[in-house]
Amino acid sequence: MTFKPTFKLRSSVLSVLAGVALACSGARAQVAVLAENLYTMASRDPNNPGGLIKNGVVVITDGKVVEVGPKDRVNIPPGHRLINAHTATPGLIDARATAGLTGILNSPHDSDQLEKSAPIQPELRAIDAYNPQERLVEYIRSFGITTIHTGHAPGELITGQTMVVKTAGLTVDEAVLTPIAAVAATLGPEAVRSGGSPGTRGKQVAMLRSELVRAREYLTKREKFEADLASFEKQFAAGTVAADKKPERPGRDLRMEMLADVLAGKVPLMVYCQRAQDIASTLRLADEFKFKLWLEGAAESYLLADQIKAAGVPVILHPSMQRSAGENENQSFETAATLVKAGIPVSMQSGYEAYVPKVRVVLLEAAITAANGLSFTQALATITTEPAKLLGLSDRIGSLEVGKDGDVALYTGDPFEYTTHCSAVVINGKVVSETLR
Amino acid sequence: MKIRSVLAAAVMLTVAPFAPAQTAAPITAYVNAKLMPVARGGAPAPAIERGTLVVQGSTILAVGDASTAIPAGATRVDLAGKVVIPGLVDTHNHIGGIGGADQSGPIQPDVSVRDSVNVLDSGFKRALSGGLTTLNIMPGSGHLLSGQTIYVKLRGGRTIDDLLIRDANGKQMGGLKMANGTNSLSGQGGFPGTRGKSAALVRERFVAAQEHARKVKAAGDDATKLPPRDLGLEVLGEVLSGKRIVHHHTHRADDVITVLRLQKEFGFRVVLHHVSEAWKVADELAKSDGGWGKTFATDQNPNGGVPCSIILVDSPGGKLEAQDLIYETGGVLEKAGVPTCFHTDDWITDVRLFLRMAALGVRGGMSRDAALAALTIQPAKMLDLGDRVGSLEEGKDADFVVLSGDPFSVYTKVEQTFVEGRKVFDLADPKDRLFATGGFGAGRDQNPYFCCYGQFGQGGGAQ
Repeated sequence: MTFKPTFKLRSSVLSVLAGVALACSGARAQVAVLAENLYTMASRDPNNPGGLIKNGVVVITDGKVVEVGPKDRVNIPPGHRLINAHTATPGLIDARATAGLTGILNSPHDSDQLEKSAPIQPELRAIDAYNPQERLVEYIRSFGITTIHTGHAPGELITGQTMVVKTAGLTVDEAVLTPIAAVAATLGPEAVRSGGSPGTRGKQVAMLRSELVRAREYLTKREKFEADLASFEKQFAAGTVAADKKPERPGRDLRMEMLADVLAGKVPLMVYCQRAQDIASTLRLADEFKFKLWLEGAAESYLLADQIKAAGVPVILHPSMQRSAGENENQSFETAATLVKAGIPVSMQSGYEAYVPKVRVVLLEAAITAANGLSFTQALATITTEPAKLLGLSDRIGSLEVGKDGDVALYTGDPFEYTTHCSAVVINGKVVSETLR
Repeated sequence: MKIRSVLAAAVMLTVAPFAPAQTAAPITAYVNAKLMPVARGGAPAPAIERGTLVVQGSTILAVGDASTAIPAGATRVDLAGKVVIPGLVDTHNHIGGIGGADQSGPIQPDVSVRDSVNVLDSGFKRALSGGLTTLNIMPGSGHLLSGQTIYVKLRGGRTIDDLLIRDANGKQMGGLKMANGTNSLSGQGGFPGTRGKSAALVRERFVAAQEHARKVKAAGDDATKLPPRDLGLEVLGEVLSGKRIVHHHTHRADDVITVLRLQKEFGFRVVLHHVSEAWKVADELAKSDGGWGKTFATDQNPNGGVPCSIILVDSPGGKLEAQDLIYETGGVLEKAGVPTCFHTDDWITDVRLFLRMAALGVRGGMSRDAALAALTIQPAKMLDLGDRVGSLEEGKDADFVVLSGDPFSVYTKVEQTFVEGRKVFDLADPKDRLFATGGFGAGRDQNPYFCCYGQFGQGGGAQ
């Protein structure tokens, strides 16, 4: 049979183009969600920590939340499509993913999460590797996850950068919220290079330390240049210095530039480690170099809750259901509860593992914490308000309040129950999924 | 063989209730729980609110409602508010840090996983905390045929012999692990490089086994005419005679059909494992009986259907040939009349969360009854143990699990697990609880068994 472009094909191309036009013009569908249980996560009321509104409505106009409240007190403006749900929550946030760099097939052509050519490569940018059209992104989204902090996976001492994106958008530019969110580092056997360096834990820390020392020098040089330049420009404007006295910009080093940003406190260093000893090394380094630290993985963090709390470090906890093996052999379903009780900010992650399933669904991981010591609302916070705070995006995502992004996840029941379906997902006011997942 | 085990069951049924005095085993009555017996006399059995479960020694004496007679002198245990289900049966896991065949060749039926299980592995404790009581421990999947499997009961014990399940003749029970698709396609050291070669290698070995069996039969009582002993061919002979079940790893629809083709050709009994794309060939699976005759025949499907032991993982991918694995498979197979069970494949999924898998099956469209049967009576039948475990019925082993609530809720806890009448897991005991929740000391460093794990380290990627 010869292939002829059919009307259907043409019309689907047209509808894609129309979709692009719509996205580009900023025009958006208008949506209202009516839920028997609307968890806004915007409450300051200790008796209603989830900001639960019974028969609550959230109205989204032009991509933003314009009204939230009980059904009988909210007017749904004309032209808004009303979607019903048993339960609705803010669009969920995965605090640490690799999706979009990893693909649904996890075969070489869709695996860009880990570059193994060198142990330290902070200059690798997530936005250069993210595929917003990846089916894995669509899959995760169909569970209600609307924002992911994604990027280079653990597996080398410093693997590269991460970023924050919405799980919608044709290009990374449409999807991105924060192009550089963190620099990802790894301590422990995951980052040991067989037959190479680093080959031990001691060497790992030594390499990180000397790299940070170099970065400190780079930063000092950069700061001096910036100061000299400012002073030159002032004097030049006053005519007290000749043009040829303009200070020379030191040569750029992308790797050092990134680490200098870490030392300047502009970008956090996110360190993946599981054992208490590696967590302790990480805290020591952070104290020594005064960088902003996020702990990731942290299976044995419950052993060092006091120290982590004292250091004011947030934890992006490993998936509840990641395999208990090797470095993770002492992990517990109850770690999230232990840390939250200790007052440590906890966000959940989907992580990355070496075998099926390589990528997990953060909603299902948070569900396990809800069954193991966290309250429903506390568990929901680990995938809404807490990661929003962590990522510095509380003004846009993580809760349903007027002025925030129109990101909503809709469910047929308790979102954490195994047998509940995600029934619809709204991002920036657009219904992006209605697959019953 | 089959007739004998049915007879044995019949003997058990008649002897156990009427000769208690001989063994003088103590009797315990578990009362007031919601009982979910799953099956009775080969038919589905409804739940019993405020039920009574009477256990004598290692055997179930009676199952019924509140009016069930409790023998005088029996200990009463009040389980009001709890839910009691049969002990879970897992047709496919790798607990014990085990390995089967090595890299010396793709087909090694002489190797038994019995000889490599570490009984002290913490995985057994984790399994109990998930309500598992009967397991089929399998060697890994990197071969066309990676060896003999063993059926075990989690009785606790210090040697593998303490755990083995034996048939009426005292012989240890187990199947044979086979696989097709990409796992064994290395193309090196005698391993196949293509699917066509995979099937050809298997076919060649089964033909050799047929030939061996013919010679043995022809020799009759004359030992001088026996062919030289071949341990591998002897095991394949057990497969050809229908005694030993083939547990066959397969993912892609075309690989599934290849297994069915070989099954028809050699007449063995097969359970398909994983069967990620079963939903694409559900009607074909329903038409055959997989060599099982009428074992799985129902009004819905008089053919029986090929038994499928499936797995659900939270997200697809990570393995190219499993990319079309979906939550809906259980529901599709149920509607098509294909006998279905779930397995953990621990450490692919966690034994502690086996109930969760069936719940995800419900999420994917399976009925709740079929989903619970898929953790109990269906897998029991797929291990030839349907007359001993898998349901709460008079005469069966007293393997049961006490739950805090609905089996398919995330908030439900496995509170107690009983094997053959003995409590082997108790959430209220901190030593047991550690294995249920995890925590310091709950795990030990183990070498994951599967063919491809760890090859690329964390973040892996290229394969």
